[in-house]
Amino acid sequence: MDSVREEKVEEVIREYDSSRDSLISILQDVQSEYRYLPESILKLVARKLGLPLIQVYGVATFFKAFSLKPRGKHLLSVCLGTACHVRGAPAVLDEVERKLCIGPGETSEDMQFTLETVNCLGACALGPIMVMDGEYHGQMVPGKVQGTINRCKKSPRGGKK
Amino acid sequence: MVELTIDGIKTSVPEGTTVLEAAREMGIIIPALCYHPGLTPYGACRVCIVEVVKGSQSLLEASCTLPVAQGQTIITSSAKVSQARKVIIELLLAACPNSKTLQDLAASMGVNRVRFKIKDKNCILCGLCVRYCKEQMQSGGIGFVGRGTSRRVATAFGETPEECRNCNGCEWICPVCERACMAGSLTDGVCGRCLNLAPVETCPVCTHCSEAVGSSGHRVY
Ligand code: SF4
Ligand code: SF4
Ligand code: FES
Ligand code: FES
Repeated sequence: MDSVREEKVEEVIREYDSSRDSLISILQDVQSEYRYLPESILKLVARKLGLPLIQVYGVATFFKAFSLKPRGKHLLSVCLGTACHVRGAPAVLDEVERKLCIGPGETSEDMQFTLETVNCLGACALGPIMVMDGEYHGQMVPGKVQGTINRCKKSPRGGKK
Repeated sequence: MVELTIDGIKTSVPEGTTVLEAAREMGIIIPALCYHPGLTPYGACRVCIVEVVKGSQSLLEASCTLPVAQGQTIITSSAKVSQARKVIIELLLAACPNSKTLQDLAASMGVNRVRFKIKDKNCILCGLCVRYCKEQMQSGGIGFVGRGTSRRVATAFGETPEECRNCNGCEWICPVCERACMAGSLTDGVCGRCLNLAPVETCPVCTHCSEAVGSSGHRVY
């Protein structure tokens, strides 16, 4: 692990006073930096907080928001909750899969996109919903997928979250 | 001291005792899989459920995590309890069809079939190993990872953890991953790794209850 990374992680941990109770927040901040949680970093966090590695690993694998696999620059989640499902989310998902050539949970080879599915975002009235880099796109239809992806590609900062 | 009635018998136990412990103290056997005297109660397996009478109604509660309360009335083996326990053990068996402990427990309850889809996971997520590792070995080498249906016991990144003391306690305490004893194939008949070397004392009328509760829960009455 390069020392730049290490310093960054140490900085985050310091921000939280090396408090074990802040493990989730620390992981969140670290993840927003690297878009995923590399093994070496989890080990570093565990060492710095004086926690058994398994405890950090358990938390990291428990929450869906954390990823142990590298994620693309842009994160795309399609809601497959009940409301979105009946409003046609599967067709939207199919279209996204076709356009990006990846399935749910996968990352495109050029490390640009990661596709995920979620079960309800709490905005059912807007369904079917697709979230692109934290931005909600409601009332999605397959026809709008390409356009949304194109717009996102142009945005300079993506993948935060 | 707290007074309560278990199966119609009045008893008084110190505050903070659990219903399971109070019942065992009286010689009443309640099956338990995730309970261990030396570990914090966890309430995961639910086979220890008992009926708590409240007026004309009754609730089913896990006795291992239920603290005694003044005037409580507990029934440990009613039709309601045994029916619920049967379903629970059936569900557990579906996850670990090959476990002798579970099979014995099921048999003792008269369960001889599993109606649920068998998904052999070799673990009932009782958390005994995790608690043992953490509380008795102060190690914390293993833990639960994932969640929901993919929750399982594992080490971080599948590697042998640094903290592990090689005590083998996790394997020993596990109610389902019994290691087949190879004592017979060894020269002196004892492999030395067995932690149950002390002969298990039996009651005058042995009902083989320890087979159901596990030797760790064995008490001589
Ligand atoms: S063998 Fe290792 S992992 Fe298992 S209980 Fe002992 S210290 Fe923990
Ligand atoms: S491995 Fe055994 S002791 Fe550990 S949680 Fe699973 S069933 Fe319980
Ligand atoms: S089902 Fe998609 S937001 Fe609720
Ligand atoms: S022994 Fe009470 S829930 Fe497992």
